[in-house]
Amino acid sequence: MVELRLPKNSRPTAGKTWPKPKDTSKLREFQIYRYDPDSGDNPRIDTYFVDTGDCGPMILDALLWIKNKVDPTLTLRRSCREGICGSCSMNINGLNTLACTHGMDESTGTIKVYPLPHMPVVKDLVPDLTNFYAQHRAIEPWLKTTSPTPDTEWKQSIEDRAKLDGLYECILCACCSTSCPSYWWNGEKYLGPAALLQAYRWLIDSRDETQDERLGDLEDPFKLYRCHTIMNCAKVCPKGLNPAKAIAEIKKMMVERRAA
Amino acid sequence: MTTRPRPTSPHLSVYRFTITMTTSIVHRVTGGALYVSSALLALWLAAAAIGGSVFDGVNALYGSWFGMLVLFGYTWALFQHLFGGIRHFIWDSGNGFEPGKREAIAWGNWAASAALTLLVWIVFVWIG
Repeated sequence: MVELRLPKNSRPTAGKTWPKPKDTSKLREFQIYRYDPDSGDNPRIDTYFVDTGDCGPMILDALLWIKNKVDPTLTLRRSCREGICGSCSMNINGLNTLACTHGMDESTGTIKVYPLPHMPVVKDLVPDLTNFYAQHRAIEPWLKTTSPTPDTEWKQSIEDRAKLDGLYECILCACCSTSCPSYWWNGEKYLGPAALLQAYRWLIDSRDETQDERLGDLEDPFKLYRCHTIMNCAKVCPKGLNPAKAIAEIKKMMVERRAA
Repeated sequence: MTTRPRPTSPHLSVYRFTITMTTSIVHRVTGGALYVSSALLALWLAAAAIGGSVFDGVNALYGSWFGMLVLFGYTWALFQHLFGGIRHFIWDSGNGFEPGKREAIAWGNWAASAALTLLVWIVFVWIG
């Protein structure tokens, strides 16, 4: 359902402005979404000042600088700090991206940091991704075969392997799905760009023998067809993948399946 | 201990609008507007069938500055939605998904609807 306004318990209030670090002129202002599940209060927007002379160049560096030097209660997920684990995905200056690969020099002025949009918030910048992972599970992201298992590996030509390029690199950071207005309004029933990109990755794998069954599972008014080519997914993918294109290819396969 | 429902993180209010996203929303809005404005066309046709003072009355209403404004909007909505359909046709065929191209297609949608709306009004209203 389209709900333009946030529910009452979700509307952010004005938060605290934390003290500026002293003895520096290299200040950068951050406005960060905070939510404390133990307080009973609504989420709030806190203001911090980061000494960019004392801190690495990325947004993640700044967030950890705040956590180490200003406010240890600031809560976020992070692990690899090099764009491969997909943990530090969040909304930075209005677009979803990874905090570790997004530089502070990619924008000017105040940097606004929110959790991934339209998700249940566990704490601060940590969203609950349970539904997102369940949707990935639902497309059965593994090789399914009917013929007898060969003595060696399932073989694939170099050309067929190349078809998986641009699909297998997905790190499940959820930037794409949570950038999609269709996913915002129908996230329970629409699988979303990330799960559908993986659905396509298994649909075109030459070794998989259940293509018809996989397509049959997607034949549903919501699971696949809530994609209206809004293209936010393709714009924000931090790995440069194109879920919108993958979804269009699935839709084409659906037409061919019905015509057959 | 009672657990509170988790808040929903902000979405529309914080998301930076992209041209493809805006064009998609406008496609939905113009589709709805066309549905309603079909009644304007039906009313005009019905009035023409009745003729006489009824037709003159509807013509006067549509010819007033407000009527003209609505009809101008109707013309634009029609072209915006028409070219939106072509935009969707291109994407549904699996083409034009590359960065830059998809934005160009969305901007093209706006440029084409603006150009055709002005052309129709120049030829059939302002000159004709």
